Amino acid sequence: MSREQQVVKRARKAFQTGKTKPLEQRIQQLKSLLCFITERRKDIADSVKRDLGRSEHGAELFETLGVEGEIKLAIEKLAEWAAPRPVEKNLLTISDEVFVHPEPLGVVLIIGAWNYPWAVTLKPLVGAIAAGNAAVIKPSEVSCHSAKVMEELLPQYLDKDLYPVVAGGVPETQELLKQRFDHIFYTGNSTVGKLVMEAAARHLTPVTLELGGKSPCYIDKNCDIPVACRRITWGKFVNCGQTCIAPDYILCEPSIQSTVLEEIKKCIKEFYTDNPKTFEDYGRIINQRHFKRLMTLMEGSTVAVGGDIDESQCYIAPTVLKNVTGDSRVMKEEIFGPLLPIITVNGVDEAIQFINDREKPLVVYIFSHDNRIIKRVIAETSSGALLANDCLVHYTVTALPFGGVGNSGMGCYHGRHSFDQFSHLRSCLIKQLKMEGVNSMRYPPHTAKKLGWARFLLLKQINVSRLRRMVLLAMLSGLAAFVVQRFLR
Amino acid sequence: MDAQKKIVDRLRTSFRSGVTVPEQFRRTQLNNLIEMLKDSEELILDALHKDLAKPKFEAILSEIDIVTNELYYAIANLSSWMQQEYVSKNLATKLDECFVKREPFGVVLIIGAWNYPLQLLLLPMIGAICAGNCVVLKPSEVSAATEAVLAELIPKYLSQDCFAVVCGGAEETKALLQNRFDHIFYTGSQTVARSILQAASIHLTPVTLELGGKCPCLIYGGVNTTSAARRLVWAKFFNAGQSCVAPDYVLCSAATRDLLLPEIQKALEDFYGADCKKSPDFSRIVSPRHWCRLMELLGKTSGKVVIGGENDQKERYIAPTVVVDVAEDDVLMAEEIFGPILPIITVESLEKSIDFVNSKEKPLALYVFSDNSSVVRAVLESTSSGGFCSNDGIIHMTLPGLPFGGVGASGFGSYHGRWGFETFSHRRACMLRGWALERLNGLRYPPYTEEKLGWLRWTASPKTSCTLM
Repeated sequence: MSREQQVVKRARKAFQTGKTKPLEQRIQQLKSLLCFITERRKDIADSVKRDLGRSEHGAELFETLGVEGEIKLAIEKLAEWAAPRPVEKNLLTISDEVFVHPEPLGVVLIIGAWNYPWAVTLKPLVGAIAAGNAAVIKPSEVSCHSAKVMEELLPQYLDKDLYPVVAGGVPETQELLKQRFDHIFYTGNSTVGKLVMEAAARHLTPVTLELGGKSPCYIDKNCDIPVACRRITWGKFVNCGQTCIAPDYILCEPSIQSTVLEEIKKCIKEFYTDNPKTFEDYGRIINQRHFKRLMTLMEGSTVAVGGDIDESQCYIAPTVLKNVTGDSRVMKEEIFGPLLPIITVNGVDEAIQFINDREKPLVVYIFSHDNRIIKRVIAETSSGALLANDCLVHYTVTALPFGGVGNSGMGCYHGRHSFDQFSHLRSCLIKQLKMEGVNSMRYPPHTAKKLGWARFLLLKQINVSRLRRMVLLAMLSGLAAFVVQRFLR
Repeated sequence: MDAQKKIVDRLRTSFRSGVTVPEQFRRTQLNNLIEMLKDSEELILDALHKDLAKPKFEAILSEIDIVTNELYYAIANLSSWMQQEYVSKNLATKLDECFVKREPFGVVLIIGAWNYPLQLLLLPMIGAICAGNCVVLKPSEVSAATEAVLAELIPKYLSQDCFAVVCGGAEETKALLQNRFDHIFYTGSQTVARSILQAASIHLTPVTLELGGKCPCLIYGGVNTTSAARRLVWAKFFNAGQSCVAPDYVLCSAATRDLLLPEIQKALEDFYGADCKKSPDFSRIVSPRHWCRLMELLGKTSGKVVIGGENDQKERYIAPTVVVDVAEDDVLMAEEIFGPILPIITVESLEKSIDFVNSKEKPLALYVFSDNSSVVRAVLESTSSGGFCSNDGIIHMTLPGLPFGGVGASGFGSYHGRWGFETFSHRRACMLRGWALERLNGLRYPPYTEEKLGWLRWTASPKTSCTLM
């Protein structure tokens, strides 16, 4: 038996003991996870610095802050999320209990990504634990330092059998994917996403795929361009552009192109100084392979801002490209790096057309003062999410479902959505064996009269609260009539 | 293959034009479906009778009415389902508009099954229409008469640019699946489900699978055996046992079995008379192939047939049959029965029964008959299944408030009522920020400092939002 097979078998055995069922146990594990993040802050920050060149504050801001919030929310709300959820009934079931019962799925697999190695691996884990599952965690080997720290330290805080960390590369992942899971949660690119879904198909395993795409950013010519550019610059160059929801490219009218360029140039200087290479808060490309990939993407376009590189450090300066068209090299795939192309379009109609000619992205960004234009973009495009007048921040609103559509993925998570994603919502109808007489109209032999009653009782919906109000009204009217008769004659 | 591609392309063009988005369009299609069912009730009942010898009563309740009811329910609730859903925010985003907008996926494919050929195709279709999609319908070719009727009626009542029916068998389905869809909804078997998932993975198409399984029926604790037997018999032999949520087999003690058998016999006589074959209220097996499959099971079982067993190949008739002394590895326990054969397995204790159920794949439905509520609760808490119903069978799926779907080997995803609308919708997170308070944004821009971080932690915390505002 391979190591991966053993790990999954152990996790399943641990799940079957039922120890993840009690809410207190789940909360205990979540609290331990919180301890892990607070006590090992330095280890986590160090690993991120070595993987992506991100500063300590950057690590906290973009990795652990979000996870802490998720854990605290889950602990606070778990009782509410896990409670049976009552639903409406019909006349025949009016004295029965009808509810949806959230249950764990079993053993789930969480495959993380390398760009926010802690956030995208631990956030789903919070949902999996809260929903009462066992979870096999497979961090990305590309962010190898984070993977190592996760493999060494996480078992010191979480139940080793229920939440094992399996580190490794492609062969280990393939071996894991041969095993049977009750849900697979994958964050990464579409190519591997398809392979994960195909592997899951063998076991009829449902999947959540958090993929990527080219997230367009349309700047309306009449908006506050300096403010728009500040927000876009920040959103683009965080983590050196290696963010699934980074604005991938800009669409704007030719008349504002030079203003946009100027403003972005100013912001880059303000945020990352004249020499981002020496600035602590500007990161690096994850590895040589991606560095080379990004260099190829620049071919055929003109560098308008930045463009400096240092291969030995995997450094690419915050760069803006112009003279880019829909067919340019840089438009052929998700950039996932600090290159920001600007494509000119003649207004919002052409922008919408441009967006709709391509795969549905993870986010559509629109900067405008005109609500009508914003509403049009919402109505006439589709994407995982839409954010107007800023970048990235929708990610922090846990009540919003975070996920893609079409090529950018399926399923969603964050907050309660994570809990639901990793749960089976089981329909429950609790009846008694009494009142058997009522059932007789559905039994054979079938007569026209029985059919009439059955059609009425079995299938018509009754709005229970409206019924209660009507009954109350009837009672009050009866009381009023009584009072009138008795006292006011 | 070409003809099918043309259909999918035509629907995609229609979808891109935005015609299915307005609420009025969706309402019109739903109303037209109501008309279709009213106008063509006899035609449909005829076809169902040809396919399955479905008694008129069963066909009306489980095919026509359940769909009509869902249509009325959808029409009544469509506006509220389509509303933007505003969500709670944190302090940093208090002044922003945050909502979830439900959007159609695009062109979806719905593959039906033969046992409830109308319901299993039209109920999901209602969800898809409500959500604003274009739909390709692929009825099961096994229920050929209903397939033909649907192929004729749908284009008459629904917009032909947005809805199409594709007929055919395995080859045609395979060809259809080579096209790209934005969601695939499949009802049927696990084997076919695997190949559908494989095909879907090529295009990253999300899928809903409504599969089957062996739905166990546990009878423990004190039980009013008369009522239990009647409900069990009704649920099991409805549509001659060809329901994905029919109780597949019974688990009970020997004593309970001995009390139950005469009650089952009595209920069968009450419902179908002394000779079930003569009753107009009992269905037939859908095809010679399935009849042979079931007869083979009866032939190979090492259990004892105590009730029924009569059959007629020409009529595809198998009498309501009960088999006792069935072992765990009996041929009747190897696959979903999907016919009028009810094995009773003797397991003395409830705990062992629960272990038995848990050692098998998760079923679509799980039933318990008991007067003792702690028995019901114990089974509910210690098992998992698509749906759960105590002291009755099948009936839980008539409630549109409950999601109808499986888990594990019985499928994933769900529908009925609002759940169908949600299944065929993409929940798009929308956030509209203002232009003011750019200074506050300064907290997040580099250079990063400890102080800025402190402020950000405070504003992003979910707790502060409820205490301050």
